[in-house]
Amino acid sequence: MAIIIDENTRAIVQGITGSQGRFHAERMIAYGTKIVGGVTPGKGGSEVLGVPVFDTVKEAVEGTGANASVIFVPAAFAGDAIMEAVDAGVEVIVAITEGIPVYDELKVYKKVKAEGRILIGPNCPGVMSVEKSHLGIMPPQIFSEGNVGIVSRSGTLTYQVAYNLTKLGIGQSTVVGIGGDRIIGTSFVEVLEMFEKDDQTELVVLIGEIGGTDEEEAAKFIEKKMSKPVVGYIAGITAPPGKRMGHAGAIIEGGKGTAESKIKALNEVGVEVGRTPMEVAEIVKRKLKG
Amino acid sequence: MRMHEYQAKQVFRQHGIPTARGELALNPEQVRKIAEKLGGKVVLKSQVLVGGRGKAGGIKLANSADEAYELAKQMFGMVIKGHRVEKLYVEEQLEIDREMYVGFTIDRASKGFALIVSSVGGMDIEEIAEKHPDRIARVTVDPTYGLWDYQIREVLYKSNMPREYHKEVTRIIKPLYGILVHNEAELTEINPLVVTRDGRIIAADARLNIDDNALYRHPELKELKDYTEVDQTERIAEEKGLNFVKLDGNIGVIANGAGMSMATMDLIYLEGGKPANFLDVGGGASSEVVKEAVGIILMDESVKVIFMNIFGGITRCDEVAKGLITAFSEMEIPVPVVLRLAGTNEEEGRKLIGEFIKEKGIGSIHLVETMEEGAKKAVELAKGV
Repeated sequence: MAIIIDENTRAIVQGITGSQGRFHAERMIAYGTKIVGGVTPGKGGSEVLGVPVFDTVKEAVEGTGANASVIFVPAAFAGDAIMEAVDAGVEVIVAITEGIPVYDELKVYKKVKAEGRILIGPNCPGVMSVEKSHLGIMPPQIFSEGNVGIVSRSGTLTYQVAYNLTKLGIGQSTVVGIGGDRIIGTSFVEVLEMFEKDDQTELVVLIGEIGGTDEEEAAKFIEKKMSKPVVGYIAGITAPPGKRMGHAGAIIEGGKGTAESKIKALNEVGVEVGRTPMEVAEIVKRKLKG
Repeated sequence: MRMHEYQAKQVFRQHGIPTARGELALNPEQVRKIAEKLGGKVVLKSQVLVGGRGKAGGIKLANSADEAYELAKQMFGMVIKGHRVEKLYVEEQLEIDREMYVGFTIDRASKGFALIVSSVGGMDIEEIAEKHPDRIARVTVDPTYGLWDYQIREVLYKSNMPREYHKEVTRIIKPLYGILVHNEAELTEINPLVVTRDGRIIAADARLNIDDNALYRHPELKELKDYTEVDQTERIAEEKGLNFVKLDGNIGVIANGAGMSMATMDLIYLEGGKPANFLDVGGGASSEVVKEAVGIILMDESVKVIFMNIFGGITRCDEVAKGLITAFSEMEIPVPVVLRLAGTNEEEGRKLIGEFIKEKGIGSIHLVETMEEGAKKAVELAKGV
């Protein structure tokens, strides 16, 4: 098993005719992901990478039986694209786009939750169920199949940790980039809950960063509901308060959201937090042996 | 984008929130004229985009136009937490009986807006929460349904605000919510909201922060952005599409991805060094972008060494290597560069750099295997070991 997506996932790419959409669609297909179509308003009826392009998500779902969508449309139109996917009945929506206005994200979040769908992101690298399906922009070659789940707010750090694990001979089940924005569709807690239920996953790596209180919430969940071991990493010990560190969500505001607070919350519930990505991989190795 | 008080107050007034009479001045002469118009008793408020300007001497009272002129001469040009005072907002003095607080922010945890009200004000909201927990109250507003009267009543009661003010404060909270939503603000805040001796309730200060990602939908607000308030290097980086934050150390950081950039800073710190900046070249950076990033780092004269830490996912290591080679060919790079390349096209990238070092006899590029090793090396070089 795996979480969120697997070999039965049939996905469309919204924005498939754009340069980013096309580039990554090709990589996803090469990985073996079932990309069954694409959507670009005005380009319906054409074909890209051997899959049909539709004008609307509704037509794409009807025409292909898709149950997932990856969104590559520009920020100004991405909120609209997510709403369209929800309305068309898509179950799993992965929004890669960075820079979506936060008011759009708030509305989209409410809609997604009201309809009981899964939104991963926005501003995320996507989801990778190793050897099964890949929706997003992760570099497939650094992953190997195994039983460590990864959930992260950062793309590159996820790659670094996965790379370190793979080098130590430790494979991954599903890798979830939940995104760097303030308002994101799926929280750490929700992904931890899925990993807890997943047969394939034996241990979870949680990669957090400054801003918000999602890591603190995750710590509470781990204490109460998690039987599987969790290993942490938190970026931003040296980040100054009040400054946005690249991600819209990576900011210490009013003394809240510091790395110290997150590390402390995790340590208090028995989660070991690595000081470097290398240390994270070493802790995982030790825990899996024991 | 954080707006100046004088700009925010203009928006507040347009929505019917009462403010004191006042005007903006750009020199002491203008201050004198405005003070005369306002009857002599005025308050001079530095328009700088930092908190705590009052404590830092950025707000002064004058009892006559002449005194205002003299004070203004001292205030223009003074530096408050790194921000130079170039504008003064001159307002009539209010006789204040009581200070309170109202504000809205985006609440990440509840995915809505938090309405916060306190029957005390004038200090920052964290301090109010700590010192007067019984005088502060908050409620979450669901963006789907908007703000309802019962929610306002709830926070007014819970904040123990005297009932005589409820009606008037409600008349301020409602348009404040309108301002929040209409402008796609991340924060609207009145601190303090004052009760004057003659019983009026007035916004004595005004804060309005707009979501940068939504500015394209608000061109009238975008025009108000005060670039003199942005660090010069940060401004240039923004124009080039790079995420850059200036810090106070001496090791320049270039990495790809926000998390990786922060992790690189943290590693430097763990090794006993101090990062000079945060710089994220983003995903799929071209050689041109890498070259620009090196240029931006070198604008900071305190930088003693550059640590370029790349994990190639979408970013290709050979492209990064080409960027660094171009940088070395086109500009003088007076400091050593520690380079770590891993991931996509790692071999090609390392080979290009290796050949370049050999061919040009450049001794200042240190190619390392891991980011941990790179941080260590960068710290050693910065310390001159």
